[in-house]
Amino acid sequence: MAVQTAPATTTGTRRMKIHVTVNGEAHDVEVETRILLVHFLRENLGMTGTHIGCDTTNCGACTVLLNGRPVKSCTVFAVQADGMTVATVEGLEKDGKLDPIQEGFHEEHGLQCGFCTPGMMITAAALLAANPDPSELQIRQAISGNLCRCTGYVNIVKSVQYAARKTRETAGGKA
Amino acid sequence: MAVEIGGIGHSVKRKEDARFIRGRGNYVDDVKLPGMLYLDIARSPYAHARIKSIDTSKALAIPGVLAVITGKDLVPLKLEWMPTLMSDRQMVLPTDTVLYQAQEVAAVVATERYIAADGVAAIEVDYEPLPVVVDPIKALQPGATLVREDREQKDNHIWHWEVGDKAGTDKAFKDAEVVVKQDIYIPRIHVSSIETCGMVASFDKVNGKLTVWMTTQAPHAIRTVIALVAGHLGLSEERIRVISPDIGGGFGGKVPVYPGYVLAIGASVLTGHPVKWIEDRSENIQADSFARDYHITAELAAKKDGTMQALRVKTVADHGAFDAAANPSKYPAGLFHIITGSYPFAKSFVEVDGAYTNKPPGGIAYRCSFRVTEAAFTIERLVDVLALEIKKDPAELRMQNFIPPTAFPYTSSLGWEYDSGDYGRALKLAMDKIGYADLRKEQAAKRAKGELMGIGISSFTEIVGAGPSKHFDILGIKMFDSCEIRVHPTGKAMVRLGVKSQGQGHETTFAQIVAEELGLPVGDIAVEEGDTDTAPYGLGTYASRSTPVAGGATAIAARKIREKAKLIAAHLLEASPDDIEWKDYKFQVKGVPAKSKTMQEIAFAAYTNHPQGMEAGLEAVDYYDPPNLTFPFGSYICVVDIDRGTGEVKVRRFVAVDDCGVIINPMIVEGQIHGGLTMGLAPALYEQITYDDDGNIQGGNFMDYLLPTAMETPSWETGKTTTPSPHHPIGAKGVGESATVGAPAAIANAVVDALAHLGVRHIDIPITPWKVQKILKEKGVAE
Repeated sequence: MAVQTAPATTTGTRRMKIHVTVNGEAHDVEVETRILLVHFLRENLGMTGTHIGCDTTNCGACTVLLNGRPVKSCTVFAVQADGMTVATVEGLEKDGKLDPIQEGFHEEHGLQCGFCTPGMMITAAALLAANPDPSELQIRQAISGNLCRCTGYVNIVKSVQYAARKTRETAGGKA
Repeated sequence: MAVEIGGIGHSVKRKEDARFIRGRGNYVDDVKLPGMLYLDIARSPYAHARIKSIDTSKALAIPGVLAVITGKDLVPLKLEWMPTLMSDRQMVLPTDTVLYQAQEVAAVVATERYIAADGVAAIEVDYEPLPVVVDPIKALQPGATLVREDREQKDNHIWHWEVGDKAGTDKAFKDAEVVVKQDIYIPRIHVSSIETCGMVASFDKVNGKLTVWMTTQAPHAIRTVIALVAGHLGLSEERIRVISPDIGGGFGGKVPVYPGYVLAIGASVLTGHPVKWIEDRSENIQADSFARDYHITAELAAKKDGTMQALRVKTVADHGAFDAAANPSKYPAGLFHIITGSYPFAKSFVEVDGAYTNKPPGGIAYRCSFRVTEAAFTIERLVDVLALEIKKDPAELRMQNFIPPTAFPYTSSLGWEYDSGDYGRALKLAMDKIGYADLRKEQAAKRAKGELMGIGISSFTEIVGAGPSKHFDILGIKMFDSCEIRVHPTGKAMVRLGVKSQGQGHETTFAQIVAEELGLPVGDIAVEEGDTDTAPYGLGTYASRSTPVAGGATAIAARKIREKAKLIAAHLLEASPDDIEWKDYKFQVKGVPAKSKTMQEIAFAAYTNHPQGMEAGLEAVDYYDPPNLTFPFGSYICVVDIDRGTGEVKVRRFVAVDDCGVIINPMIVEGQIHGGLTMGLAPALYEQITYDDDGNIQGGNFMDYLLPTAMETPSWETGKTTTPSPHHPIGAKGVGESATVGAPAAIANAVVDALAHLGVRHIDIPITPWKVQKILKEKGVAE
């Protein structure tokens, strides 16, 4: 086996300074231009709630909101997020209070292994922000870019419906 | 009271959710250690090739690349081969020849993940391509390309296995009034849990201690395997700690030992640094073990009135280049001999031949107990073929033939003793729920108009809970499982088990068993699994064995505690133990509810005021060796509509009636069934891994391998009957896989039923639009 004695640390790849706001917190950092947003979040910021499930933008485990829109962060470079806001699963709970989406997934048993759950909840958050009262078909369409191998989606649909209901009730002052 | 305790039968919300919904799970890739290095793997582009040379110089020249490991480097360490769980061996890295596409060829260790990938890209390998065999039937023919030159036996035949009465079965077929025969191919598929496989290996050179965080369903068995494989390098079992942290789905794919694990451990031992190896999806789906790939010829003999008499099945099993299945040692074809299903065949005979091909290892599970889906699919498909042959309604034919409830425990002609069942009740409930008679009327009306609608039934019997040690071991390790319970002085309990959840909700359900047995609230019971330094030894979670085996251990360990607690209660209540009874989750003096002690009070006394002569403390451990397997069952009915233009099959309704014995948590059981049904839908209509003649994989990523999304998946409807297992401590049977086992036949039967009037008798799964459209065109009914 060939082993080098002195570990080198520089890669020679280009680096760039970016300004990104993640869950409301501003970060001014220099990153390699080839670093994917998902790796930036997980490795550089230590926010491991966003997961990686495929290399081809199919599974949606890495879904985050970029300027409010759901994107698959395995297919976005960190430098493309320069000047933008990113929202991840870690930002859903506010002031110690769960988001209705998180509450819905727990109440309706919308998760099992939990690996797709962060991406699924972020996608649901984007849906509900645009459409507070989605039909079952609209929910299924919205999450069709997020794969789940455990739940068969039935309870995920119910979880999103729970969150929609809860959010509407709260907004209507009935809560 | 019962609701506050949260014992058996309550839909207690899951304890584990709290971290997952906050993004605070701890999966292997989330583990980050100081000084950690990254390992990445170079893989073969060829399915069969001689390695002429490997040039690592360009990779090593990249700053940050610390080492490149090839097969030749492993030879002096005696690590170039590793044993599989099926008594075969598998290359860790090849020294000479690669046997399938995406096989590991070299490993790069680097300071960063991206640099390790750069290193892999810079490795130059000179290959000499060799002839390839991908079809197991061709592989078994004389003169076929030899896959395994390292074996003494110079052909591709791995093993022959048979069970049953051959002569008696042959005679029954000779004398039969009706014989139906069907070739059935059950394709190669991949479990594709959303989390891929990976490891962080950390070797502490000073103390000689190896700690690994690993995506494994069986951490204890893995610890023993590491000790056996690398003992000669100084890794000793008491200094090996395997931690299986949160697992992002397993389904059988995280039982085997993959070369990447061995390489990560080797790299950490070599460098003295922690080393992380995480597969990407294409590696996972191209090189990790596959499921199924069974070429089956099945025959059923019956009387003219439909009475089933005999079953004869011949199968060729494609195990790829290494027989790395995770089956019990005695059963190379797993529990395939559950193939007599829900019917009392007087005679039956099954034989399976394993074959090597230039494909990655096959034969692992896809969310089903060892080879049980293959069996259930075959018998349930064959019953429909018989129904068509004798022109009988498939529900009626099943009802006519079911093993009657009075016959249990029932011993099948292939030797299994079914514990309990009431098959007719489950089918009747499914028929009532879906409105079977009305659906048949609707189908007739639609047929008259030229519309294609089908109804399919599957009345499957599962076999899970491996297993009794007299029959079941893996590499000699008996398939018991374990639970240790410690009740602390304040009345809170810590429960540790030898199994490992990958999403099944063990932290909740096993707490519920303890709650029920000890009268402690479920919220006061912590369940911990997956750390071999703290948990008792067990064989892990797969084949729906956690509840049947570790669940049994949990109930019995709790009962041991209750026995001791009773003596303490007697001491505290100043009564004879004979006068103490367990009632309403408390001990009381018989008939005097006012004189009672709670388990919390007893727990405190166990450490502060225990009787003279009694050991202090309140804890117990149980290694449970089940007396038999459990046999969950169910009846599923599926309704499909077929688009005559596109050939697309749409599942309109699907009713699943399951009987898994006593249910611990109905919410979790229903969730398991939903997921299982979806992994039954997947191979029925969408998923298949195919290879071209050169052994190139045709669906090696999620763009080409179609996992069902929320759009394809119907809104599952469920129902249940409860037939307790008579031998299980709490009457439970296990449920995680039933739906995956039962669903494919219901869907395939529905599609065939929709086309049966056109003369269609069978279509191999996955039933893709292309296959259906081809049939519609041939029959002249395509739009």
